[in-house]
Amino acid sequence: MKRKSPYPYWFVFPAAVIFTTLFLVPSVASLWFSLTRWDLFTAEFIGLENFVQFFKEPFLVQGMTNTVIFAFVTSSLKTVLGLLLAVLLTSGIFAQGFLRILVFFPVLVSTIGVGITFTRLMHPTKGAINIALAQMGIDGPGWLTDPSLALFSVALVDVWKGVGLATLIYIAGLASIAPEYYEAARIDGATRLQQFWRVTVPLVRPATVTVITLSLIGGLRSFDIVWAMTKGGPGFSSDVLASVIYKQYQAGFYGLSTAGNVILFALVALIVIPLVSWMNRKEVDQ
Amino acid sequence: MTRRQFWTGIAALVVSLFVFVVPFVFILFMAAKDKKEAARLEFNWPTEWHLWANLVEVIEARNYMLLLAYFNSTVITVGAVSLLVILSAMVGYILQRRHSRWNAVIWAGVMAGLMVPPAVVPTIWVLQNLGLFKTLHGMILIQVAYGLSFAILLFRSFISTIPRDLDEAAIVDGAKPLQIFFRVILPLLKPATVTIIVVQSIAIFNDFTNPLYYLPGKENVTVQLTLFNFQSQFVSQLNLLFMNILLITIPPLIVYIFFNRQIVAGMTSGAVKG
Amino acid sequence: MKHMKYSGLVAAALMAMSGAAQAEVTLTVLIDNAPNTVAQWEGISAAFTAANPDIVLELETRPGGGEGDNIVKTRLATGEMTDVFAYNSGSLFQALNPEANLLDLSDLEGQANVLDSFKPTVSAGGKVYGVPVGSAMGGGIFYHRPTYEELGLSIPMTWAEFMENNAKIKEAGKAAVGGTFGATWTSQLFVLADYFNVQAQVPDFAEKYTANEIKYATTPAAVRGFEHLQEVYEAGVMNADYGAATFEEGVAMVATGEVVHYPMLTFAIGAIAQNNPDELNDVGFFAQPGDDPNSNGLTVWMPGGVYMPKTAQNVEEGKKLLNFIASVAGCDAQTEATGFQGPYLVKGCDAPLDVVPSVADMMPYFEADGRTAPALEFLSPVKGPALEQITVEVGSGIRSAADGAALYDQDVEKQAKQLGLPNW
Repeated sequence: MKRKSPYPYWFVFPAAVIFTTLFLVPSVASLWFSLTRWDLFTAEFIGLENFVQFFKEPFLVQGMTNTVIFAFVTSSLKTVLGLLLAVLLTSGIFAQGFLRILVFFPVLVSTIGVGITFTRLMHPTKGAINIALAQMGIDGPGWLTDPSLALFSVALVDVWKGVGLATLIYIAGLASIAPEYYEAARIDGATRLQQFWRVTVPLVRPATVTVITLSLIGGLRSFDIVWAMTKGGPGFSSDVLASVIYKQYQAGFYGLSTAGNVILFALVALIVIPLVSWMNRKEVDQ
Repeated sequence: MTRRQFWTGIAALVVSLFVFVVPFVFILFMAAKDKKEAARLEFNWPTEWHLWANLVEVIEARNYMLLLAYFNSTVITVGAVSLLVILSAMVGYILQRRHSRWNAVIWAGVMAGLMVPPAVVPTIWVLQNLGLFKTLHGMILIQVAYGLSFAILLFRSFISTIPRDLDEAAIVDGAKPLQIFFRVILPLLKPATVTIIVVQSIAIFNDFTNPLYYLPGKENVTVQLTLFNFQSQFVSQLNLLFMNILLITIPPLIVYIFFNRQIVAGMTSGAVKG
Repeated sequence: MKHMKYSGLVAAALMAMSGAAQAEVTLTVLIDNAPNTVAQWEGISAAFTAANPDIVLELETRPGGGEGDNIVKTRLATGEMTDVFAYNSGSLFQALNPEANLLDLSDLEGQANVLDSFKPTVSAGGKVYGVPVGSAMGGGIFYHRPTYEELGLSIPMTWAEFMENNAKIKEAGKAAVGGTFGATWTSQLFVLADYFNVQAQVPDFAEKYTANEIKYATTPAAVRGFEHLQEVYEAGVMNADYGAATFEEGVAMVATGEVVHYPMLTFAIGAIAQNNPDELNDVGFFAQPGDDPNSNGLTVWMPGGVYMPKTAQNVEEGKKLLNFIASVAGCDAQTEATGFQGPYLVKGCDAPLDVVPSVADMMPYFEADGRTAPALEFLSPVKGPALEQITVEVGSGIRSAADGAALYDQDVEKQAKQLGLPNW
């Protein structure tokens, strides 16, 4: 018999029970419904017809492209800005505590409120942004009403709302870097910039992996903010996969929307799993 | 504070004034307007300030529903976050420290939890069979199930920064697994724990969809659902809606301000000073 | 049971003396959260409890729209519905699988008071499952009366006249048509409210449409609705911020004359009363005109119904409530709470003499023969969920009317297949 490990598996048990009963079991059950015509009351088996129908959605390709663009834009901005803000907000600058609260405040406000506020600020004629631009002599665009701009405007607001969370994770990450590393770097005569690249960036790596993983998955599944601001419009121009699925759900096509969820899951898994395992492998290498 | 720190701070303040304060001021102005003025949704100074009147109206609405909602949401949040922190730290710990085939299984579960959208109706069936539907503790367990993945991911990545030597030393001293975990590891995880407390309590307190489906019934109302008192599909009372938004933002703000200090306190002073 | 009734009487008597409410039964009711609905039900609740002191109502609100549909279906499917609930009539009601989930109310006493025109919209398999609450609505065009007087315009009887009016209003330097595509659903009005005109030209449209024998894109009368959107866009007569404005703004704009026409359902009168009470008398209403001046009429939306699930706990008390709602006392309670907004579908509930102009403009359509037609959603279960996105596109010049109608047919096909309708 092996010696008892100091890391026993029963530590996992309570979490596993809750997770399996309330999350895994229902999810697996719903897989079956993706193969049915389901109105919540009766389910009729129709094979893969829902998947066929979902791929026939007229704006599916555009929706998928939008999803990927949205996820990469928001995720990279959150990662970069989050790190920079975290460094700034731990460097002992004036009003640091207050600024931390400010940056985090959007995370606290309900998405409904953020949606109404920004649709208003981005209003083509009455919005504060375009009024300010007009004062500088610039004719502001229809941030949310121009089909080619709407998705990016929503992405910017998503970054605004979410960057505080990335910053917080980074601040916690910076907090666990021992000051000795910086001491050593300074003794070696490293400049601030060099310290940032050679000490901070490599040592906050676990936080970076977390931020990228979370924001990328969040971005690919992003729904609330899109729905609160444009409902996928104007027309279908800012539709993402999750909003396409939600529209099927709202219309009462439960089997079809479940099939859509399976497809969304596949897309997320296809992008995230290779990325995360690559990032984790590098971590082990170090 | 150096001169440079002072001026950087001032510059950051000016920028954030535009980026973060302007939207907040919009919300505040909306919350202070009367019904008719708010319906125009203009970004201007309220002609008359109705902050107090709106505040009273929102609190009294539908028989003090907001106060009941504060209570319910607080119970759910405190219960779920306490469970989440302990359970997920334990999983993250094992996941990071022990390497075997089971890791892949746990890891798959964590990723599935992040990526798979919850299935509403089957979940209700499960809850009904367990007698947990429409109960606060049922809601707590749901929030734990949905929040576990995020928390495990975060804990795992922070546990990797704690040197194994510490566990080894404790093992040599004859500590039991639980003792190592609670006495050695958990105290060192303070920044991650605080982060999870902040993030999850906000997410759970502000959750909207899950209580809507899993916790129906007037006596079970939670804070985000009180927004429905003033926002409907067609006509909204925007002044009251925004006042309500402000009011339900206050508890998480307090949590954040309180724990933000904890993060600061947990930091070794001058860690990143240049 | 009998014993309880007596003690109820005793309690009622005691209560009458002491004034302290000691109710016996709490009846739970699920309603949508529109302020108008809540006000209506608070009125019903107060009047009902005054008449039946041993029953109090507990009103629970839910969101409206698609989210609300899901809540209602989820709660029915999981057996967690309240004793009584209010929900749409017509095709949305049909989607509740009434025969499996709802109590058969065909024999309810109150049904004797319900107008026959309403019953089909809450019936399935020959059984009636609900009674009406609220009033019928018209879909048409609100207009700003002072501007009409000022410019000497008259109510258009054809679409061409309507466009002429728009041109004159534009010349006078005003926005003629309120576009509020910021609230996507409002963009559908020109299409949905045109159904009176579609039916006038193709009387069996609904039937053939359900049976997949006729399409929007290939029926000139049906494409007209989409063309209206395109024409209004091309004429450039909308407010500058049509893409971003919301329903509330639309209501405010037509009340203050910032726009002169606003295509909308008449329930907007409630919103005007709430946000612009001083301008309530400045707003008039007319039906959306078609191409033939001799057939001018209104597309009508039936009021929603009140239903009881098979799982109801307090069946007798619930039926009492439904009888009350389907009575003159019931509509009086609603009128007192929200004002008279349109005809009730309950016998004996007549319009009061002092109604606001927009309601007064609407009533003649109901009073004449053959000047109303139900909206398509009350005649056919087929309605594509993406219509509102398509109408935004056509109304903003992103897509042509013909393309829009064709895309809508494709959307409808998906819906019909999901419903499992024959012939699709």
